[in-house]
Amino acid sequence: MTQHYEIIVIGAGPAGMAASQTAAKHGAKTLVLDEQRTPGGQIYRAAEANEARQSVELGKSYENGFSLVKSFRNSAVDYVPGASVWQLSHEREIGYSKDGTAHIVTANQVIVATGALERPMPVPGWTLPQVMTVGAAQILLKESEIGIADAVFVGTGPLLYLVVHQYITAGIPVKAVIDLTPACNYFKALAHMPNAVFAMSRIMEGWRWKREIIAADIPLISRVDDVRILGDGAVEAIEYRHKSTWKKLDCDHVLLHQGVVPDVNISLAAGCDSRWDEAQACWHILVDEWFQSSVEGISIAGDSGSIGGGVAAEQRGHITALGALMRLNKITPVERNRLARPYQASLKTEMQVRPFLDTLFRPADNFRMPEHEETIVCRCEEISAKQIREAVDLGCQGPNQLKSYTRCGMGPCQGRFCGLTVSELIGKFSNKPVCAVGYYRLRPPIKPLLLDELANMKNQPEN
Amino acid sequence: MFTRVNKNNAKFVSISLDNQTVKVRKGLTVAAALLEANIGHFRQTPVSGKPRAPFCMMGVCFDCLVVIDGMANQQSCLIEVCEGMRIERQIGPADIIPEKPEDQGTKP
Amino acid sequence: MADYDVIVIGGGMIGIAIGYGLARLGQKAALFDEGDRAFRAARGNFGLVWVQGKGSDCPEYATWTQRSADLYPEFNAELKELTDTDIGYSRPGGIHFCLTEQELEDRKAIIDKMVAAGKGAFDCEMLSHNAVTKRLPGLGPTVAGGSYSPMDGHVNPLYLLRAMHAGFKAKGGSLHAETVVDLAWKNNAFEVTSAGQTHTAAQVVLAAGLGNRALGSKVGLIIPVRPQRGQILVTEKLEQFLEYPTIYVRQTAEGSVMLGDSHEDVGFDDGTSSNVMQTIARRAIQLFPLLKQARIVRTWGALRILTPDSLPVYDQSQECPGAFSASAHSGVTLSAVHALDLPQYIARGQLPPSLDALSERRFHVH
Repeated sequence: MTQHYEIIVIGAGPAGMAASQTAAKHGAKTLVLDEQRTPGGQIYRAAEANEARQSVELGKSYENGFSLVKSFRNSAVDYVPGASVWQLSHEREIGYSKDGTAHIVTANQVIVATGALERPMPVPGWTLPQVMTVGAAQILLKESEIGIADAVFVGTGPLLYLVVHQYITAGIPVKAVIDLTPACNYFKALAHMPNAVFAMSRIMEGWRWKREIIAADIPLISRVDDVRILGDGAVEAIEYRHKSTWKKLDCDHVLLHQGVVPDVNISLAAGCDSRWDEAQACWHILVDEWFQSSVEGISIAGDSGSIGGGVAAEQRGHITALGALMRLNKITPVERNRLARPYQASLKTEMQVRPFLDTLFRPADNFRMPEHEETIVCRCEEISAKQIREAVDLGCQGPNQLKSYTRCGMGPCQGRFCGLTVSELIGKFSNKPVCAVGYYRLRPPIKPLLLDELANMKNQPEN
Repeated sequence: MFTRVNKNNAKFVSISLDNQTVKVRKGLTVAAALLEANIGHFRQTPVSGKPRAPFCMMGVCFDCLVVIDGMANQQSCLIEVCEGMRIERQIGPADIIPEKPEDQGTKP
Repeated sequence: MADYDVIVIGGGMIGIAIGYGLARLGQKAALFDEGDRAFRAARGNFGLVWVQGKGSDCPEYATWTQRSADLYPEFNAELKELTDTDIGYSRPGGIHFCLTEQELEDRKAIIDKMVAAGKGAFDCEMLSHNAVTKRLPGLGPTVAGGSYSPMDGHVNPLYLLRAMHAGFKAKGGSLHAETVVDLAWKNNAFEVTSAGQTHTAAQVVLAAGLGNRALGSKVGLIIPVRPQRGQILVTEKLEQFLEYPTIYVRQTAEGSVMLGDSHEDVGFDDGTSSNVMQTIARRAIQLFPLLKQARIVRTWGALRILTPDSLPVYDQSQECPGAFSASAHSGVTLSAVHALDLPQYIARGQLPPSLDALSERRFHVH
């Protein structure tokens, strides 16, 4: 017999934790599957450990996660950490692996809360060892209390400044910050300022972080419109173009960041409809007001649908669960609407700052679509921008044909670190809008799994 | 340089990396432990042989792959270290040959 | 005057091979290929250039297959020279596994029959469990044996497809990434309509896979094709361990191992299913227990183009002379003959008598 649940939540970040708590509170038999070893997602990663050791460098917004993790631990859900989900079918059959064994579980309602990942940043040299994402550096800090001394931070977006701030607070030396926010974005973002007033405190916090960098005598280099990382087998230096002049900075570590994008692989593999969002320059999963996707019974909570940030993810998690509970007849439509109201109100406030942030931190075209032709786009199969252009010249029409022409996107990361670049590059080379280019067709397993696990899968349905 | 932020008391375990014993902090992921040991690259790609090391630390990039206790291509950022763990750099593609039953021929 | 000498409809393994072949004969050729997400059997191919066992009941098909396999070295060299693409072709011989004693016995009957009919042209031997193990160390203990033919080989089907596309362009072919919406025969020429544009040609070749049925009806051709789904599992790259291609397991030049050979009638659903994937996984482990430790990174479902007797169908329309059709699910094996031989007949306006046995007319004999 296949194990069956009323609600299965995939992911234990803010959206997943909120959704599962609400689900359990209203009596739904709920399972939470999460790839990490402890709850929190990326934003509240290792929250319990840091609360216990009273870390100070991670800041207030991180500490908001402590209570959420606690109430998640206290809710009546089946929680499986260390579970790698490799399949979600449109019939809501989920395949996951834990400790070398694969399992199949089914649910009436599935809530995908797999969060976001950092936007690919294909610049020359980004595959070298000692080049990591800023998010990776933060994970090392939160989870392992490891700092990367004398790293150069390169990119744009709130997370970059947050982590520099955390580094300064923790006393980890920072070599330099190279800010790639296009100068024109500041003017464009001003138009969205009136709607962002509710988030003024956070915007001001950003300015304080910048001032703090200057006060700490860390070089803050703005108006940079191109970079390349140099090194043979290890990072040796970074070159950047500042006001039309190339300059070189010797360094051992480079940390890259240019925002986060939804992790859509699982939803796309389940057949959920998506659309290209030009403002966030990424794919969004189409959802209704209860965050249910085009596939009945599959909802998308939090950043895995579209980017709203950690606080919004929590609100969305609650709302998504209420929608699912109503469909399960656990609550009436009237109850659902009443219970959702406070979450919807906070979500609305929270989302008002998005147009401002999305506009301000929209990465420049050349950092999304590399102009240096030798730049690796697909890290797994080592396919360069040049090879993609050549395939398009040959008549390749989209990402799926590109796969078969070049192997681009065929590696273990399943296109997560090249998919966006590929769609945008094909659009650029063939003069088509990205929505017409489309995305990789994703199929299970969305994470690699052992042949042995597949062969000895538990609870395989009889058919 | 990867460095510890808080030098307060930690527990250690012994692991081996390419047959060299390394003391690492208990509770770390294999990736974090190897980074803290400043070992440089973790693997060489099966495509070009170029060196790689962890990029995302959250299970997405597959650049932190190593061989753990004989099992190839393991995501070291998702696995915790434990006493006696044998780790090798992942050089090129996974080699599954040593695991074949004893009586069946030799590796080509 | 027509726009082209010939228009090929379909940019899959069969269409592009014929298109390439016509262009290399100096024909002014155009090819219409569907969009990025079309059903593409060519993308789900296993990559075998396979001779043994094919055409045991149809000597003409056996000959046609062997001819293609024999043309492959020449075809490979030509594509390499022209497009600088290594299609990963090699011909080390191939092994057909027999999992049980019964399978081994049945296989022997087929091979004996083919050897007898082949009059020395067909080369294949039966292998015991130990004999297979000698060629393929690591074979599972329960596998009964198999058959080996030096005539078999393999190729990277994706690179083959790309090389033929590049070759077609290099020979002056005109590639249209547009779906054909209409086909008509008017004033001794064919009108092919796509994206609101009409193109004319003296000849047309239908190689649109499952789309051939509908297209054929517009030019007096009956093309009885239906979909059959096959699923393929692909592992991460592994150290080379498999020296020979086999019907269930093939290791590519890059090191990935492809596992396949499933057959399902599920209409036009080209998805994958966990129970079939599990069956394929179990069989792979039975064949090579060491594969337990390999990770699956990709799966694929693709629709084979199946005719009533599984053999290819080639025809020229009697009602609309100049309209040809080619339908088969062995597009990779037959690529060489589709590129080097078939276009000569099409250019001449006459299919050879040797292909009569592969005409749709064969289904009306009784």
